[in-house]
Amino acid sequence: MTTIIKRNKALSVSPLKTSQTVGAALAMLGVARAVPLMHGSQGCTAFAKVFFVRHFREPVPLQTTAMDQISSVMGADDNIVEALKTICEKSAPALIGLVTTGLAETQGADIQRAVKEFRVAYPQFAETAVVAVNSPDFSGSFESGFALAVRGLLQTLVVSKDAQPCRVGTRPRQVNVLCGGNLTPTDIEWVAESIEQFGLRPLLIPDLSGSLDGHLAEQSFSPVTTGGVSVDDIRTAADSIATLAIGESLFATADWLQEHTAVPAYHFGHLMGLDEVDRWLMCLSQLSGQPVPERFRRQRQQLQDAMLDTHFMIGFARIAIASDPDMLAGFCRLAQQMGAEVISAVAPARGAALESLVASGLPVRIGDLEDLEAEARERHAQLLLTNSHGVASAERLGIPILRIGFPQYDLVGGFQRGWFGYRNTAQTLFDLANLVLSNHHDIQPYHSIYRAAETLAAQELLV
Amino acid sequence: MKAKDIAELLDEPACEHNKKEKSGCAKPKPGATDGGCAFDGAQIALLPIADVAHIVHGPIACAGSSWDNRGTRSSGPTLYRIGMTTDLTEQDVIMGRGEKRLFHAIKQAIEEYQPPAVFVYNTCVPALMGDDVDAVCKAAGDRWGVPVVPIDAAGFYGTKNLGNRIAGDAMVRYVVGTREPDPVPVEAAARGVPVYDVNLVGEYNIAGEFWYVLPLLEELGIRVLCTLSGDARFREVQTMHRARVNMMVCSKAMINVARQLQERFGTPWFEGSFYGITDTSQALRDFARVIGDADLIARTEALITREETRIRAELEPWRARLAGKRVLLYTGGVKSWSVVSALQDLGMKVVATGTKKSTEEDKARIRELMGDDVKMLDEGSPRALLQTVHDYRADILIAGGRNMYTALKARIPFLDINQEREFGYAGYQGMLELVRQLALTLESPIWEAVRRPAPWDCRPQAERLDTCPAAASSANSALPTPLPAAVASSSRMAS
Repeated sequence: MTTIIKRNKALSVSPLKTSQTVGAALAMLGVARAVPLMHGSQGCTAFAKVFFVRHFREPVPLQTTAMDQISSVMGADDNIVEALKTICEKSAPALIGLVTTGLAETQGADIQRAVKEFRVAYPQFAETAVVAVNSPDFSGSFESGFALAVRGLLQTLVVSKDAQPCRVGTRPRQVNVLCGGNLTPTDIEWVAESIEQFGLRPLLIPDLSGSLDGHLAEQSFSPVTTGGVSVDDIRTAADSIATLAIGESLFATADWLQEHTAVPAYHFGHLMGLDEVDRWLMCLSQLSGQPVPERFRRQRQQLQDAMLDTHFMIGFARIAIASDPDMLAGFCRLAQQMGAEVISAVAPARGAALESLVASGLPVRIGDLEDLEAEARERHAQLLLTNSHGVASAERLGIPILRIGFPQYDLVGGFQRGWFGYRNTAQTLFDLANLVLSNHHDIQPYHSIYRAAETLAAQELLV
Repeated sequence: MKAKDIAELLDEPACEHNKKEKSGCAKPKPGATDGGCAFDGAQIALLPIADVAHIVHGPIACAGSSWDNRGTRSSGPTLYRIGMTTDLTEQDVIMGRGEKRLFHAIKQAIEEYQPPAVFVYNTCVPALMGDDVDAVCKAAGDRWGVPVVPIDAAGFYGTKNLGNRIAGDAMVRYVVGTREPDPVPVEAAARGVPVYDVNLVGEYNIAGEFWYVLPLLEELGIRVLCTLSGDARFREVQTMHRARVNMMVCSKAMINVARQLQERFGTPWFEGSFYGITDTSQALRDFARVIGDADLIARTEALITREETRIRAELEPWRARLAGKRVLLYTGGVKSWSVVSALQDLGMKVVATGTKKSTEEDKARIRELMGDDVKMLDEGSPRALLQTVHDYRADILIAGGRNMYTALKARIPFLDINQEREFGYAGYQGMLELVRQLALTLESPIWEAVRRPAPWDCRPQAERLDTCPAAASSANSALPTPLPAAVASSSRMAS
């Protein structure tokens, strides 16, 4: 029986995992005029900042509660209150996303209580929303941290249907979209534009395409995010006609929102490949009562043509993939739809998408890039799909790599590459095909023993 | 680590700061703090030791966000670039299984990679759990016969600077003096040049820049037993006690190493830098002076004359392009003056410099170099930096990578001077790379384009198109005084 193969080593070598805290902080960065605040030692924030800056090549607002030796032992709830006050005074943000680190959770921080204390002590900062999320790095990974923060945003900002009359559909063109952590700014743009094509209004939660898409703003410096979904807009999520969750890590949150507000939930995986994009457009068509616009027919035909052109290279290609569960599942499915063979699928931690992958018959391993490299070597992988840390593995294996996910620090613009929709899928197929071609091994020439003269001539040429 | 031990590390008699506020013990302000932690500092200080297995003991965040993230280069082993962590889980934390996991992790690293030594960095969570990392390291070292060095550097102990000292202290305590240097290789000895052994402390071989310097030292017969820690090997750190002289390179961070080596082994040390022609020559002279061999001193002077003549000729065409350009330099500590000398060698004018991490001695040197009218910046917030660029009409901001986007988003030319950079600036040869990078950004044609607003945003009454950009962008500036005007004037100077 196919199963999830668990971690069996004491030491993680060439880690694949990015911390849950970092994932939660990133989700907060998709809210307009926000500051994520990490509850931990100042290094947690400094590392996360460098991590984001190297990936996005953008300035990133991020603050810390700066736990020191005394507060780490004696309790650091006061640090939270002080940090919230300081940030409100200095930057007056619309939202502070308070996310915890392993240090704070090991110590036993009570962040919800600390936020209440802050509210009592400083009522003058009531304008600033505070969303507190428990996201220690000893659990989960980047993806789960991002999902926890999305859940936190909705739980804190969206009023329950029990507390007010049901408001579903009071904004008849508004659709909630829960965007997973693996969506790039360009993916999110595609999601928004595809929804707008049907005359609907997307409410993206969160919206990294507004804040971290790499734009040169008129304003030269900002201590808070310069774009993203507004806090007030998130509050209207109960008024929408539907919630579309992209990424299995967010299905449970969409279902919770349905229970909480009666807005119906729809589930989607990574919007790559013919099937998933077809489903997405059909769903939008039903929700809006509008036919699918003609342009998508054309783009779909282009993808079909690309599939024809590239199946010669991608078919049977042995691909090793490592990423957080949702993205891993997306690429595994795309590879399988093209007739490629996924010979190694590695995720840093468990996630809902892994269960479905396993159910579809693909074994998945919880591990690191050392595991990926070992499996890729053993099974003669032709192509590696993972983040920039995998470049060294690919070099050692002597095979090409397509960079996906976080972090991508050795590739300018890697952060904004689009994967979603027919067009971007077609581009992905071209890239995969070209990478396979680039590493094509010709048959070793056989030198006839009866051709002594030519061999000699050739040797002379070499000299 | 006990509070007493931390206090001891913070009390560094050789440091100028010691007389007043201690750099490591200022309480960081929640909600208004940046900069790394003690673990960050310890890891940065030792990670360049290339053949060691560096294990980060903790949950994923410490290693996960930081591994494979430094410009340091190795001429041989690459083990240091492989991230290793115990990646503690919730179960490990709750059940107290950290020590056990660490023990097996050390075993795994030794068996798979056969390193000459393992360094174990303790981080916040296991420190709070109370893992006895020293004991685990000792037991593992005894069991497998490989030195396992504990570096107790939980982030909450303090700042990056404290972490540097913790790292240096661990080297002196556990590693230095455990092996004698190798004999000089036969071919090298055959040159007939007398060989003098030295160490460099705080040289990280960023982008391989020390390879611009090392050939010169070797030409003079100066053998570097160990650089702590750029392109170093464990076996070299072991022999550091045998040097005739130690040079503290460009950093006070590991001054405790130089001081302890002097106390324990009587090794004299001096402070210097390899940035700029003047400082590079000075460093070479200081080696010769402290070693005290008259022939070496003469040969050093000859080499300096040769190299300076060569590099000044090569720099001449660049000087004309860069001379008179105004620089805001924002970087920590010693670099605040060592880079100044490099820029002055090029005829550039440093109008302001960051002194947040500088000692009184550093500041005195800055005054000596630049006169009393230089602006010293104690605060490095993006706002303060941009305001200074404007007030002092700086053409370029030279700072660490963290400030790169502060400059770029404000449409100001920028040069990265810190450890993540991809280019080496040390030694005589490094100056050529420095001028190239400076000219590349200062003279770039993009500045005018990125300051130009969209044509449809220009007011119709603006008759001439070229008057439009300045008007529109100053109206949109976030700063109290319009920044782009200053930038516009500086771009004229650049062209």
